[in-house]
Amino acid sequence: MSSYALRYREGARAALAVAATVWFFGASFGLVARAAGMGAVAPLVMSATTFAGSAQFAVTSILGAGSGAAAAIAAAVLLNTRYAPISISVASLFHGPLPRRLVESQLIVDESWALSSRGAGRFDRRVLIGAGLLLYVSWVSGTAVGVFAGRALGDPKDVGLDGAFPALFLALLVPQLQGRRAVAAATTSAVIALLLIPFTPPGVPIVAASAACLLGLRRRAR
Amino acid sequence: MIVVGLATVLFKATGPVLLGSRTLPPALADVVALLAPVLLAALVVTQTVGGDNELVLDARLAGVGAGAIAIALRAPLPAVVVIAAAATALARVLF
Repeated sequence: MSSYALRYREGARAALAVAATVWFFGASFGLVARAAGMGAVAPLVMSATTFAGSAQFAVTSILGAGSGAAAAIAAAVLLNTRYAPISISVASLFHGPLPRRLVESQLIVDESWALSSRGAGRFDRRVLIGAGLLLYVSWVSGTAVGVFAGRALGDPKDVGLDGAFPALFLALLVPQLQGRRAVAAATTSAVIALLLIPFTPPGVPIVAASAACLLGLRRRAR
Repeated sequence: MIVVGLATVLFKATGPVLLGSRTLPPALADVVALLAPVLLAALVVTQTVGGDNELVLDARLAGVGAGAIAIALRAPLPAVVVIAAAATALARVLF
């Protein structure tokens, strides 16, 4: 069942496919941000410093729709709150002095984190850092191309890239569903997210669903 | 924009900076071990049917469905990604 519990080389190969997808999304972010009136420099600076696609898209779409900066900031911050539990799950991979941990931790994005996951709470540091660096380069260079030549590239939705990410996460979830507790926790999480989507701003469902990990407090049924 | 950037940096640094390589007590380690499947499950749901304050059923469902079949057939990960994208794009053209 561990077909997706990738070793380093497989992780690197998978990261290439994901990086291509991320590059495309970076390009569309650059295009959308420019169209929303953010200019050329601001989207680039944002990609280089924030490195979190969904939050950046949220900012541009809210600004583009004419809503205020406060609403855009609130939405983006909510969306990225998930990085608190995500970074806690990989905390043990980070060593050395604080500044180094601070810088390296910025390479955590959904995709690098998911690819580095080995199941049973273990993660591969080399994949997390390697994929993180690769995705960072893809994201920033994609943004640059989008800002200056985005119109030539078209909409990533036309090639179905928005359906590729959830499938990627599903592929990485399946091998982790070993044992009753993991299945119960993942199911609970999915149900919480599904129920909250219609009633809360984007970002809240994921954070609320992460509470399902508290099922880990129950005594092992083995 | 600066606020968003700073907040993101802090969220990402939460675990590595506060916890570092410290060993967690077993009960807490059990909870943290479940974070991966729990967050992945939430990401699958929100990215498949998530919208702006609404459930959106669109071509992404077809993509994830095709991806699920590819996963069941043990296709390699890059193939799963490509198949899901192709099915999403196809469904978008057809419907």
